[in-house]
Amino acid sequence: MTLAVIFAYLGLVLLVGGLSHRLFRGTGEDYFVASRTIGPFLLLMSLFGTNMTAFAILGASGEAYHEGIGVFGMMASSSALIIPTVFFFVGMKVWALGKQHGILTQVQYFRQRWNSDGLGLVLFIVLIVLLIPYLLIGVMGGGLTLNLITKGDVPRWAGSLLVCVVVMTYVCYGGLRGTAWVNTFQTLVFMILGGVAFIVILRELGGLSGAMAALAEKQPDLLIRGDHIKPLKLLTYTCIPLSVGMFPHMFMHWLTAKGARTFRVPLMVYPLCIAAVWIPSVTLGVVGHLSFPGLKGPAANSILVRLIDLHAPEVLAGLLAAGVFAAVMSSLDSQVLSIGTMFTQDIVRHYGWGGGEQMSERRQVLYGRLFVTAILILTFALAQVVDRSIFKLAIWSFTGFAALFPIVVAALFWKRSTKYGALASIASVAVLWIYFFSKGWQTPGYTVGGTGIMPVAVILAASAVAMVVGSLLTRPPEPAVVRRFFPSHDAGGK
Amino acid sequence: MTIPKWLLYLLILAMYVLHNDLWLWHDSSLFFGLPVGFTYHIAFCLGAALLLTLLVNYAWPAHLEKQAEGDDGDQEGQP
Repeated sequence: MTLAVIFAYLGLVLLVGGLSHRLFRGTGEDYFVASRTIGPFLLLMSLFGTNMTAFAILGASGEAYHEGIGVFGMMASSSALIIPTVFFFVGMKVWALGKQHGILTQVQYFRQRWNSDGLGLVLFIVLIVLLIPYLLIGVMGGGLTLNLITKGDVPRWAGSLLVCVVVMTYVCYGGLRGTAWVNTFQTLVFMILGGVAFIVILRELGGLSGAMAALAEKQPDLLIRGDHIKPLKLLTYTCIPLSVGMFPHMFMHWLTAKGARTFRVPLMVYPLCIAAVWIPSVTLGVVGHLSFPGLKGPAANSILVRLIDLHAPEVLAGLLAAGVFAAVMSSLDSQVLSIGTMFTQDIVRHYGWGGGEQMSERRQVLYGRLFVTAILILTFALAQVVDRSIFKLAIWSFTGFAALFPIVVAALFWKRSTKYGALASIASVAVLWIYFFSKGWQTPGYTVGGTGIMPVAVILAASAVAMVVGSLLTRPPEPAVVRRFFPSHDAGGK
Repeated sequence: MTIPKWLLYLLILAMYVLHNDLWLWHDSSLFFGLPVGFTYHIAFCLGAALLLTLLVNYAWPAHLEKQAEGDDGDQEGQP
């Protein structure tokens, strides 16, 4: 029954993706950025769905199981303030420049902004390397979820394959419009089903007050931050959401907006969406102790699935599993498409293969589809050989993207910034990231010297200093380039 | 009514500071059925939504729409 519900859901996903194809215009711009016609609601759901990964939902409840209610403040409420603020100051400006200059990818923007092919290539490599663990987590998360829900009847590789095939089908067929439509459908599914799971499971546990009273008796330390989370960790964890400013898939979604006003609804509603998804996730993670005490380490990441299995009727269990699948696929699709777009535009087209800049629209779409397929095949193959400890890499992936944030800020707001400043910033991130990663990746909850300071705060500060020093020590950029990206009415930068 | 942009930007900083609710660190009392430290951060999300609403209404970068349409000669992708 559970499997039937999941297959029915996947059928619906394909149907939505297929329907979006009716609006396809056959051009590269339509395939890669939906001809910049996405409206407010679709933009909100795409941005939110893309950012809410299975890691966020399953990982948050697992983290709350171990660390208590403080996880909400650390991961959710900080994002509720910082992510839409980044959209406001960075995303909208990127959209305007993208539309003005016909930009299709993040690398294209940085390459043109600092007039440097080398910088574009370095960024391309860094962004892909940081995205790989993120992709793997999505594909492996899908396999693990299906395996858990079906109590081992469906092997992990089959679940991963299913996720890859469905995503490949609608991304290849529908391009970014298909992805946005499906993301909207999937985001609504996991938000609604998350709410249903919250109500059903809490009712089984004696209601919210009953569950909290039982928890206060059994494990009162989970109701406070106490020693679970250090104040410095709460403070420095706020750097992590800055990663949205450098995610290639978020950049791609910003470019799809129909107009500047399209951002208004997403900006205002995004914090509420975060609360709607994370309140159930963290609450259920904490009260999970009442039904499943004593889970150790990563086993707690399955607490939501276990609670669903124990307390929800079979049809609902299938629906909720579909909700987790929705979270997995709504991120994976955008990530894969953004990488496919970068390969097509920043490598094949830019370096003159397949017709170079004169490449026909049809051929651009073909290359985009081929790359999406190749990336998913490669990710699926890698997912079969890498260890499950890859899940530990998620926070390190976010750390890398967040530490690159000064680059986009300098590009958008500081006229005097130079390509050497950007390269110095990337180099500092690479060196420090490798240093901290080698010291801490085997230690869950690693902080610098055990102080509570997250490595991201140190790397981000170094990256910002490198950007400033590197720029000031080198020749100012060409006035023509600056004029192109800083129109006269733009008061930003000096 | 208008609200100066600088005041709204200052409010963002104030919110960032308020995110660090050290005074509730060890308080396990329940408020609206949830631990008070949890309820506080849920309220913080509502506050963030309100702040973003103010930014959208009183600090809107109206020039961006013009900027996006302003350079017709440069519309094709330039990889």
